[in-house]
Amino acid sequence: MTTQRTPAIQVRGLEKSYKELKVLRGVDFTVAPGSIFALLGSNGAGKTTAVRILSTLLRPDAGTAVVNGFDLATQAAKVRESISLTGQFAAVDEILTGRENLVLVARLRHLADPGKVADDLLERFSLADAGGRKVGTYSGGMRRRLDIAMSLIGDPPVIFLDEPTTGLDPQARIEVWQAVKDLAANGTTVLLTTQYLDEAEQLADRIAILHEGRVIVNGTLAELKRLLPPAKVEYVEKQPTLEDVFLTLVGAPTGTGAMPKDPR
Amino acid sequence: MTKHFLGDTATLLGRSLRHIARSPDTIITTVITPIAMMLMFVYVFGGAIRTGADSYVNYMLPGILLITVASGIAYTAYRLFMDLKGGIFERFQSMPIARSSVLWAHVLTSLIANLISVVVVVLVALLMGFRSSAGVAAWLAVAGIIALFTLALTWLAVIPGLSAKTMEGASAFSYPLIFLPFISSAFVPTDTMPGPVRAFADHQPVTSIVNTLRALFTEQPVGADLWIALAWCAGLLVLAYAFAVTTYRRKIS
Repeated sequence: MTTQRTPAIQVRGLEKSYKELKVLRGVDFTVAPGSIFALLGSNGAGKTTAVRILSTLLRPDAGTAVVNGFDLATQAAKVRESISLTGQFAAVDEILTGRENLVLVARLRHLADPGKVADDLLERFSLADAGGRKVGTYSGGMRRRLDIAMSLIGDPPVIFLDEPTTGLDPQARIEVWQAVKDLAANGTTVLLTTQYLDEAEQLADRIAILHEGRVIVNGTLAELKRLLPPAKVEYVEKQPTLEDVFLTLVGAPTGTGAMPKDPR
Repeated sequence: MTKHFLGDTATLLGRSLRHIARSPDTIITTVITPIAMMLMFVYVFGGAIRTGADSYVNYMLPGILLITVASGIAYTAYRLFMDLKGGIFERFQSMPIARSSVLWAHVLTSLIANLISVVVVVLVALLMGFRSSAGVAAWLAVAGIIALFTLALTWLAVIPGLSAKTMEGASAFSYPLIFLPFISSAFVPTDTMPGPVRAFADHQPVTSIVNTLRALFTEQPVGADLWIALAWCAGLLVLAYAFAVTTYRRKIS
């Protein structure tokens, strides 16, 4: 265990509104270097907005954020050198081949040997055979892998993954999960957003639940589970799943009657 | 940041040019309407139109070239819109690149693509009997005016490209531009038009540009039309550029 290092991401009181709609109402969290941090929340909870702010695509109305030691407001260019964003939809060029996509990003990151960088990544993400094909012909999983590969070019210390497995089949999902685990194992800090509880459970060192523009809990999976007493069932003692924790904190959809507060 | 501007623009220009090379249909669909119009006007209406010029294809080619550019720039809006929609725009913006090079690459691509389209249309016109005695200097002047016109319309196209909500919205702005030449001196002399229409036709940008190009092709003095044409193009360019950059800033802040 390393001693206290400067956090890779530090967010304080982040606020953002779109006209009347308050999307973020004061978000705070800290991400340790080399860890995987999951921002968990339903659609519209503000996950994407938070990621867009942290990747300099959007300006916050209030609050501060420091990424890799650089202040978002005053050192945006330095932040962009430290990060990579994999957005919600695979941001790949469909008309170019997989290899050309990688070479393009390597050129834009001003690397010495774009061709070699591309070939190495194609190999690493099992895309070597498809490298010469137009991305338009790729499957969803291949597209996502290429997308993540493009994000790794230049070895940015911090990577944002916005719902990396939304719309993927289970197999492709596992492939992406493996890629994310490998990243963190190599010391990259990963901030991922997800609406899938098992994804956060599988990948994240720490999980923050974002609900209605605020982080309502933040902790390790074990800590989050401890927030709830073991469910009282008549004959079986059942540990709450993360799903229980999430739905209790966020409030289950009305009409299901699954909430513990339910007076019955 | 700015030290990478040229390199980044060149890299992104290479990308967009590959798009054009791989989907030449964008060039084909750009030139097909002007060529069809040219065929129709020359072989159907042309015989009945009195222009005072010796050959109708010579008379109407300048207008056709402007129509070519007007329909070509719709693809600039389209390509920009697709980049935004596909998320690759955000990828570029979140990378340590010179941010304005994303726009400049599209603008330069538009210039090159439209130049190719214009050359194709001129070649077809030559097949249809277009002849010009213009020398090298006159041809360069023609190319310069068309390039300036393309640049102005391209920056205009950047605005819907950045702000449109749908693909149709991104390219619909070009329809009025394609029709503007019809109410000008492009196909018929304006002096047969009724008063208000003629007043509009005489004072809208297409007429001055068409008259200038026609004068250059036929080695006539260009007169005041040249300056009026340049003023229109430059004015539109400055205005469109300012609006486009404002839209862009709002988009990326």
